[in-house]
Amino acid sequence: MNAAISCNELTKRFGDRVAVNSLTLSVPKGSIYGFLGPNGSGKSTTIRMLCGLLVPTSGSGTVLGLDVMTQSEEIKQRIGYMSQKFSLYEDLTVEENLDFYAGVYQLNAAERKQRKAELIEMAGLTGREKQIAGSLSGGWKQRLALSCALLHRPELLILDEPTAGVDPVSRRIFWDVIHELARQGITVLVTTHYMDEAQTCDWIGFIFFGNLLAQGTPQELIERMDANNLEDVFIDLVKQEEARLAQARAGEGGR
Amino acid sequence: MKRFVFGRYWSVVKKEVIQIKRDRPSLGIALVMPLMMLFLFGYAVNTDVNDIKMVVWDQSATAYSRELIDQFTNTRVFEVSAHASGYRAIESMLDDGSASVALVIPPDYARKRDRNEPANIQMLIDGSDPNIARTATSNAQLIVQNRSVTMQESRMQKQGMSELEPPLTLDSRVLFNPNMESIVFNIPGLIGLIMQNVTMILTAFSLVREKERGTMEQLIVTPIRPLELMLGKITPYVGIGLFSFCLVLLVGTYWFGVPVKGSISLLVSLSILFLLTTLTLGIFISTIAKTQLQAMQIAFAFILPSVLLSGFMFPRESMPLVIQWLGGLVPLTYFLEILRGIFLKAVDLTALWKDALGMGIFFLLILTVSMLRFRKKIE
Repeated sequence: MNAAISCNELTKRFGDRVAVNSLTLSVPKGSIYGFLGPNGSGKSTTIRMLCGLLVPTSGSGTVLGLDVMTQSEEIKQRIGYMSQKFSLYEDLTVEENLDFYAGVYQLNAAERKQRKAELIEMAGLTGREKQIAGSLSGGWKQRLALSCALLHRPELLILDEPTAGVDPVSRRIFWDVIHELARQGITVLVTTHYMDEAQTCDWIGFIFFGNLLAQGTPQELIERMDANNLEDVFIDLVKQEEARLAQARAGEGGR
Repeated sequence: MKRFVFGRYWSVVKKEVIQIKRDRPSLGIALVMPLMMLFLFGYAVNTDVNDIKMVVWDQSATAYSRELIDQFTNTRVFEVSAHASGYRAIESMLDDGSASVALVIPPDYARKRDRNEPANIQMLIDGSDPNIARTATSNAQLIVQNRSVTMQESRMQKQGMSELEPPLTLDSRVLFNPNMESIVFNIPGLIGLIMQNVTMILTAFSLVREKERGTMEQLIVTPIRPLELMLGKITPYVGIGLFSFCLVLLVGTYWFGVPVKGSISLLVSLSILFLLTTLTLGIFISTIAKTQLQAMQIAFAFILPSVLLSGFMFPRESMPLVIQWLGGLVPLTYFLEILRGIFLKAVDLTALWKDALGMGIFFLLILTVSMLRFRKKIE
């Protein structure tokens, strides 16, 4: 299978707490994979393992065919990452932020100039090149962060709640960009709490308490769960899992 | 993939310089703090004791007693701040601190002198500051002793004896700092202390800030190597550290008049080694601290012992052995020996190699520990 990301039994423990429990998933190349789940379910931990920010406790995983355990530095050159928190330099201008990351990803002068122009255009930041990043509004900031993550033409883009706290118009513009990137062949792994966003993904994975509960296309999931929409799927899955866990706990207590 | 890429390192340097230029408060700390500390320590921290305030109760009030008082004030160690009569007045002045010592000359002082009888004078000393009390006691002792020797001599001469030949004399010469001014001793030490504080705090802050603001997480997912990031972050602070070094050196030499007697090139090269050590200390702090507040607290937890244990204020020789060893863990200890050696004694590496080596070992140690702790992981 031609997978951009594939992990097998990927597990991360922090002390006694299991943050991600034997996660097995695969993301086909060129698709948009929506990673859904309640807060604290292990989405960010999974993403951080894939990006090389965290070392998995056990299991295995490959990103673009590279091993997350041993080749995380090679992976970093080929992926773009954007965290839920704005993590660019607020005291630098738009252009200085782009220049810094262009330097870090070792773009040559010609490439740098071209990519900067393209991305400023894409993000709609034309005319704001000299503005201090900290003074941009939420939507602009997210698009600037996305531009920085795209500078080095990554094959895989990993977005951790990119649209949290962003207004609907900016959200729409942001997703238009994501779909455009997917058309260009870039694989996108994105976490979100917005079901309207999830609906437009090619694939969806539900994660809860570190376990992957369901995986499939949005339509498949709705049909399988016999639900009206994705939101119902989400809520039903969470309820089922909680009931199952409560039962398991009651069973333990009865013994 | 493991090699050092200059382009990535240079991007970090450029970014850092822009950030420092925009961060006025930090820039202020870097430029103003050295001067502030220099003037503070140059003027306020003065361990020389002179002009001790003395209240005089001269019950004799004769030419003889006034002559004795002059003997005291002529040394410049004592200065007559008030005249009093009665112990109650003296006590209240010692209590409220308007005088530190009291000289009591008895009413029969002149009479006893005329009759060649031994006279007794009294000195009351406020012992709350041991430094002042010690100086006052020994100087008063010396003044009275000298006085009685001269009196004895003249008395013997009157009786027709020849001049008295003292059986023992001491010929003392103070080297390196002949006037025994504490500023000459303090300024070289200050250079070390200031360089340490400025560079350590700024480096630790600039790295912890990246963690606090989440930009570190973004950096970790880029291909940048830890060494490139670390060197890129400290390079601008090497510049700032050298700037404060030059500033303090110039002000110390031209304003406070403490010249460098030894080799400037040796001073500069060992100062750069010290600078690298303190910068690495800053990195080390940043690997422990998660917030800027924590970094500040750790930095202060380090600054205090380095002031107390390094010999900056108190001589290490008089400390208990265990405390002396602890002082050996502070790089400033070695650098102070180097600074004072070059500044005051004009010595070269043959005398300083042990301290240079100690500092070098400390540098390598803290560099290794920092590099091991400075990982590209967020756990």
